Amino acid sequence: MNWETVIGLETHVQLSTKTKLFSRASTTFGASPNTNVNLIDCGLPGVLPSVNKEAFYKAIRFGIAIGAHINQTSIFDRKNYFYADLPKGYQITQMDLPIVLGGSIKIFTDDSSKTINITRAHLEEDAGKSIHDEFDGFSAIDLNRAGTPLLEIVSEPEISSAKEAVAYMKAMHQLVTYLDVSDGNMAQGSLRCDANVSIRKSGDLGLGTRTEIKNINSFKFIEKAINFEIKRQIKVLESGAKVTQETRLYDSAKDETRPMRSKEFANDYRYFPEPDLLPVVISNEEMQKIKDEFPELPTEKEIRYQNEYGLSSYDAQIIASSKSMADFFESSLTSVKNYSLLANWLIGEISAYLNKELIEIHESKLSSENIAMLINRIDDQTISGKIGKAIFEEMCTNGSSPDQIIESKGLKQITDDDSIEKIVDEVIENNSEQVQGYKSGKEKLFGFFVGQVMKKTQGKANPQTVNKILKEKLTK
Amino acid sequence: MSIQFKSITELNELLNSKAISVSELTQESIQLAKKYSELNCFVTLNEENSLKRASTMNRDQKNSSLLSGIPLAQKDLFCTEGLRTTCSSKILSDFIPPYTATVVKKLEDDGSITIGKTNMDEFAMGSSNETSFFGGVHNPWKKGFVPGGSSGGSAAAVAAGIVPAATGTDTGGSIRQPAAHCGITGLKPTYGRISRWGMIAFASSLDQAGPLARSAEDCAILLNSMSGYDSKDTTSLNSDVPNFLEDINQSIKGKKIGIIKEFNLSDLDTEVQKRFDESKKAYENLGAEFFEVSLPNISASVPTYYSIAPAECSSNLSRYDGVRFGHRAENTKDLNDLYIKSRSEGFGDEVKRRILIGTYALSAGYYDAYYKKAQQVRRLIKNDFDQVFKSIDLLMTPTSPNTAFKFESKGIQNPVELYLEDLFTISSNLAGLPAISIPHGQVNSLPVGLQLIGNFLREDQLLNAAHVFQQNSDFHNAKPDLENF
Repeated sequence: MNWETVIGLETHVQLSTKTKLFSRASTTFGASPNTNVNLIDCGLPGVLPSVNKEAFYKAIRFGIAIGAHINQTSIFDRKNYFYADLPKGYQITQMDLPIVLGGSIKIFTDDSSKTINITRAHLEEDAGKSIHDEFDGFSAIDLNRAGTPLLEIVSEPEISSAKEAVAYMKAMHQLVTYLDVSDGNMAQGSLRCDANVSIRKSGDLGLGTRTEIKNINSFKFIEKAINFEIKRQIKVLESGAKVTQETRLYDSAKDETRPMRSKEFANDYRYFPEPDLLPVVISNEEMQKIKDEFPELPTEKEIRYQNEYGLSSYDAQIIASSKSMADFFESSLTSVKNYSLLANWLIGEISAYLNKELIEIHESKLSSENIAMLINRIDDQTISGKIGKAIFEEMCTNGSSPDQIIESKGLKQITDDDSIEKIVDEVIENNSEQVQGYKSGKEKLFGFFVGQVMKKTQGKANPQTVNKILKEKLTK
Repeated sequence: MSIQFKSITELNELLNSKAISVSELTQESIQLAKKYSELNCFVTLNEENSLKRASTMNRDQKNSSLLSGIPLAQKDLFCTEGLRTTCSSKILSDFIPPYTATVVKKLEDDGSITIGKTNMDEFAMGSSNETSFFGGVHNPWKKGFVPGGSSGGSAAAVAAGIVPAATGTDTGGSIRQPAAHCGITGLKPTYGRISRWGMIAFASSLDQAGPLARSAEDCAILLNSMSGYDSKDTTSLNSDVPNFLEDINQSIKGKKIGIIKEFNLSDLDTEVQKRFDESKKAYENLGAEFFEVSLPNISASVPTYYSIAPAECSSNLSRYDGVRFGHRAENTKDLNDLYIKSRSEGFGDEVKRRILIGTYALSAGYYDAYYKKAQQVRRLIKNDFDQVFKSIDLLMTPTSPNTAFKFESKGIQNPVELYLEDLFTISSNLAGLPAISIPHGQVNSLPVGLQLIGNFLREDQLLNAAHVFQQNSDFHNAKPDLENF
């Protein structure tokens, strides 16, 4: 039997505000436990929330970017449930009047593209963190994350494969980082999603019973978790049983999903309007300011890179697709003449290195000044491209500047004809057998001579000059 | 010379003439609190710190605020840094806040001295002060009788002359009803007039802090200090605060006072009714005009209130879970067990009852029928008030249908009996309007209160009308005989 998959994603984006949604405590990641916590975050008796407008501005920027309707009057609701890392016994969220309504996101898989509609996006505060395995017989609570602003983005159930779900999350990542709405750091939980997955017989119009996979935080796991879940549901249905509507967890170590304890989803959240907050109204002036300060989006950058810097559409698209790469490109090119060489390096060596290390460029030791210097040294023939690669490797490990490396290792390229001619003469003299061979038609031997010259110069000879002089001498 | 029963104005004269120092005054106030400890007004006395503070205070006659050096008592739900704040609940019986409520801070910034924290109904839920974990408070007018609630300790401390004034909070009548039962003046300001920061919540959309004192004039002095926008409470009102003493003496000639038809005063105890008619006459003699007005939805106030207030309470009290502060049960086997035991042990019956009612009113399938409908009715009640205040200046009602009653005589079998105590006071909380209770005589040697309700932000009119009444009567100067305590 043929089955088709229906997926809806609820994405939690941690907004990159300096302070929390309802308190002035810092949101810095990685602080010691319970240090980014003030009276409000730990829900002391008598405290009251007051809103951080910056979070609203970021949510609105996201809404504008996806073409959504913005509710300029925001009302907050309380979602009541008990958990040890939820200090007030309720989460402040938006139920009836989300700040962002509608809109859509375009996703790309292999050669095709598809538009996924967004139901809504609302602001809410994050909970703290429970740590169950560090203290024998006790759980520990870290409230640093409690009160951090989240934008929960709910998609329509229009995603039809794990691949599309990954593409959706990648598009989401690109968008939120571009908009400076979030740092998008999935490993730190800044971007994570719950996937609602169901299957139905091909052609059926109704929806099957869905399960919700909670808190998936990498592209790889999204794909694996959903694929596992689809297979599991097919197996259940084909055995004649029914899929149970439930919340499941993805265990990446075992590569499987399994049900969470039933207690955790038997909650009646008793939503009601938060009486401690008046409706928050965003004025038309504030809306205008957000629009005026709107950041340039990837497609706009792509076009500008082609027009202003003469990049190929392929190069422009790859560089513009990542916010950190585009930022790096733009800050490097102010001191670079050869833009396409810079682009080639970004797409080639630099991307390869970053992919290998699984980091973003801003997390590496590479600075835009140093990369600009490297490109300029290659461009002005101080060094060859090959030496450039060796220098780049060193830059990656210790962050030193290309000029420092060239100076300390004496890597400056030999470009003057006289010096190179002298070395070429030596090579020809010492390898008369090969010279005979070449002259008798073994043209492949040309590479051998180049190699010998490079060996004698430790790779510093300008390859073009070497080629030119070798050709002259060997055809004499 | 005793400072007992002295008003703030009288204490200012004593301080200004150097008849008494701030230290002596503070010392005397604390001595009175100890002398009448059997009244059980205080949960915690702030003896050492208040004497220390008093000793450092230099009262400069010219520049001093009217509260400089004046001893005050704070209801025990205002957080006070370093000083235990219990809400009269076991669950917070050891809670020492790391910060101070805006109200207390403002009063202390103006020079007042907090001598202690007053007893109250647990989490302000009750109308008799009997739900306190620390035991009931005696009405200074009659031993074994309740002072009213929930600000019972504050009202009794002022009525017994221990402090000239105290803070209270009023969610459904919790300032006005105990003020009436104890024969003092109590004001519930407009919702948002005073910051709620640091005031432990019962029902957020109804709770409002206010003063209890021996006169409307003293209430005005406290209100001047307590009022104002606070960025830490976004529901506080960003509007000008007048000097409430300025026009307090103004004539009330031509003021239009409404009597609410729906309250059927003829059903009241005849003596309470008689007091009301006499005060009406007194106001007529002062030049006020009376009109009968209709607030068609006001009879729904009690059920509306008892849907909204418990709903908010059930959520507000979720934070008392034994995890971060407050009482934590011992020998619990898991997190759920910790919640259940800590909360079962920590909360009293009335608090549990309201958490249950509120949880029910917010539950899936019941929300529309209870909470949502109650909010709609609340809007209707508010509209009724808006309508009548187009043509009148003030409304007048009894504060309470009865005088103070004996301990354990009401609401034991049927809690609703006690809920009806709030019949006249609740609607101004629902509508967010200011209201004041002033003493206007006695029935069977127990004080009776008169309530005036004002329009939005018109505390000035309430204080003016109350003050003029007090200038022309002596009810507020009556003192209980405390020989029996």
